[in-house]
Amino acid sequence: MNLLGQQLVNGLFIGSVYGLFAVGYTLVFGVLDILNLAHAAVFTLGGLIAVWLVQAAGMPIGLAFPLATLFAGLLGLLLNQVAFAPLRKRADSRFSGLISSIAMAIIFEAVALGLFGARSVRFPQGMISVHIWQLAGVTLTSLQVGIVAVATLLMGVLTLFIQHTRTGKAIRAVAENERAATLLGVNVNGIIAFTFFISSALGGAAGILYGLYFDALAPDMGRSIELKGLAVIILGGMGSIPGAILGGLAFGLSEVLTVAISGTSNLRDAVAFTMLFVILLIRPSGLLGREKTREA
Amino acid sequence: MVELQEFYAVYGSVINFIGINALLALSLNVTLSAGMLSLGNAAFAGLGGYAAGILTLHFKMPYVVSLCGGALTAGLVGLALGLPVLRLRGVFLAMATLAFGEVVRIAAVNLDITGGAEGLTNIPNVTQTWMIYLAVAGAAYFMAVLRRSRLGWALVSMREDETAAACLGIHITYYKAVAFAIGAMMAGLAGGMYAHLTYLITPRDFGFFVAVDLLIYNIVGGTRIWYGPILGAALLTALPEILRGVGVTAGPIRMGVNGLILLLVILFLPNGLASLFTRLRPAPARAETA
Repeated sequence: MNLLGQQLVNGLFIGSVYGLFAVGYTLVFGVLDILNLAHAAVFTLGGLIAVWLVQAAGMPIGLAFPLATLFAGLLGLLLNQVAFAPLRKRADSRFSGLISSIAMAIIFEAVALGLFGARSVRFPQGMISVHIWQLAGVTLTSLQVGIVAVATLLMGVLTLFIQHTRTGKAIRAVAENERAATLLGVNVNGIIAFTFFISSALGGAAGILYGLYFDALAPDMGRSIELKGLAVIILGGMGSIPGAILGGLAFGLSEVLTVAISGTSNLRDAVAFTMLFVILLIRPSGLLGREKTREA
Repeated sequence: MVELQEFYAVYGSVINFIGINALLALSLNVTLSAGMLSLGNAAFAGLGGYAAGILTLHFKMPYVVSLCGGALTAGLVGLALGLPVLRLRGVFLAMATLAFGEVVRIAAVNLDITGGAEGLTNIPNVTQTWMIYLAVAGAAYFMAVLRRSRLGWALVSMREDETAAACLGIHITYYKAVAFAIGAMMAGLAGGMYAHLTYLITPRDFGFFVAVDLLIYNIVGGTRIWYGPILGAALLTALPEILRGVGVTAGPIRMGVNGLILLLVILFLPNGLASLFTRLRPAPARAETA
C-alpha cells in the first residue's frame, strides 16, 4: 500500500472537481468583476437535478449529465436576468451584485430544500459499473478516472473556446474593457448572458461530478465548496482560468496532504485558509492573476 | 401588564436575539460606513464570546469584567488584523477577513481551552434583556453621533472617494484601523453577551454564514442611518415567528422569503427599508464600494 501516492491521487481527483467549480466562478469575475456567490447554489442544483433525472425519470447518466448541465446553464441565464442585469448601470454594481447573488443563493437553496428535502440523496447503486485497478500500490477506480477525464475535458474545451473562437475573443474583450468592446460592435449584454450560461453550466457539471465522487448530495452541499472555491480563485488569481485550474489542484492536494501529515481531518481547512490569508497579504493577484487586482 | 408578561414569556428569547443581532449588525455598520466590507465580524463576536466565557469559567471574573475583557480581546485582535489587511480593498478585503474568520473557527475547534467542537459549556446565563438593549442603545447613540463627528466625516469621505479623501489630508490607514477596531470591539461585546445568554458558545455560532447574515441585516435595514441595521436585524430575526403567526412553518418557504426580501430590497430599495421612513439622498456615484 503506497499511502503517499494514494493521497496524491485522491488530491488530484478532488482537485479537478474544485478546479471545474472554480473555473466558472472566476469566469464571471473576470468578465464582470462581480463575485457570484450563487455559484455554489447552482452547483448544488445541478447535482440534485442529475440525481432526479436518473432516479425519477429513469435516464442513463450519459443523458442525465448533459441535460442537468444544460439546466444549470439556464439557471445562470436566470441569475443574470434577475440579479445582475438590473443592477449593472448602478454605480455600486459590484457591491449590490454581490448582495443580490447572496439573495439568489438563498432562494436557490430554499428551492432545492423544497423540491428534494433536507436528506442527502445519491445516484442509484450500480448505475455505473466500476472497475478497480491496482497500480504500484495505488488504488484507482474507473469512476475516479472518468471524473478527472470529464473535468479535464470540460476545462480544456473552455480554455480553447476562450482563446480561439470569435465568441471567446468577445468574452475577453468585454473582460478587458466593456466600453471599448461596445464601440467595436460587440453585443456586450449578449456576451455577459452567455458568460453566465457557461459559468453556471460548468458549476452544475462540477456538482454532478462531486455527487458521483462522494456518493452523496444534499441541498447544503454548496456551502462547503463555496469557501473552498473562493480560496481557489484567490490562489490562482481572480479572473484567470488557468489559475483556477492550477489553484483547484493545489487546493485538493493541500487538503489531502494536510490530513496525511497531521493524521486528523481537523486541520484540513486551517492550512488552506491560512494559505489564502497569506497570499492575500503578500501577493493579492494570486499565482497567475492580473496585476490590477488590488484595486478591484 | 399581565399580557406584557405573557408576551415576554413566549417571545423573550426572540427579543433577546433581536438585541444581540442588532448589536452585531451595528458593529458591521461601523466598517461599512467607511466603505469596507468585512466578513470577519462574526469571528470577532466569537473571539469576544470565547474570551468572556474563559474569563468567567477559568478565572472566575465577574460578568462585567468578562464582557469588557471579551470586547477588548476582539478589539485588539481587530487592530492587529486591521493593520495588514487594510491595504486590500473591496472583494479582497472581504476575502481576507473571511479567511481570518475561518481560521478563528478552526482554531476554536482544535484548541483545548475553547472546548473543541462542543464549545464552552455551563457559562452562567446572567445576561438580562435590559443589558442587551442598553448596549444596543449605546451603540446606536454612538453611531448617530459618529455621523456628525470628525471621525464620521472622515469615514464617509473614504467611502465616497478614498483618493480624494487622502488628498484632503485624511490619514486613511489610521481611520480605517480605528473603524476596524471599534467594529471588532462592538462585535466582541455582543459575543460575550451571547455566551452569557445561551449557557454555551460553540464554533458553529460564528461561522461564515453568520457573517453573511450580518451583512443581510445591514442591507435590508439600510446602511446609511443608525437605525437601519437595527431594523434589519429585528425584521429578519423575528421573521420565523411572524411567518409562524400567519401559518407558514415550512423551512424552505421561510428561507425563500428571507432571500426574496433581500432580493427585493437590493433591487428596489438600495438604501434599505430605512429609506421608507426618511428621505435619504440617492446613493451618489461611488467609485469603490465593493
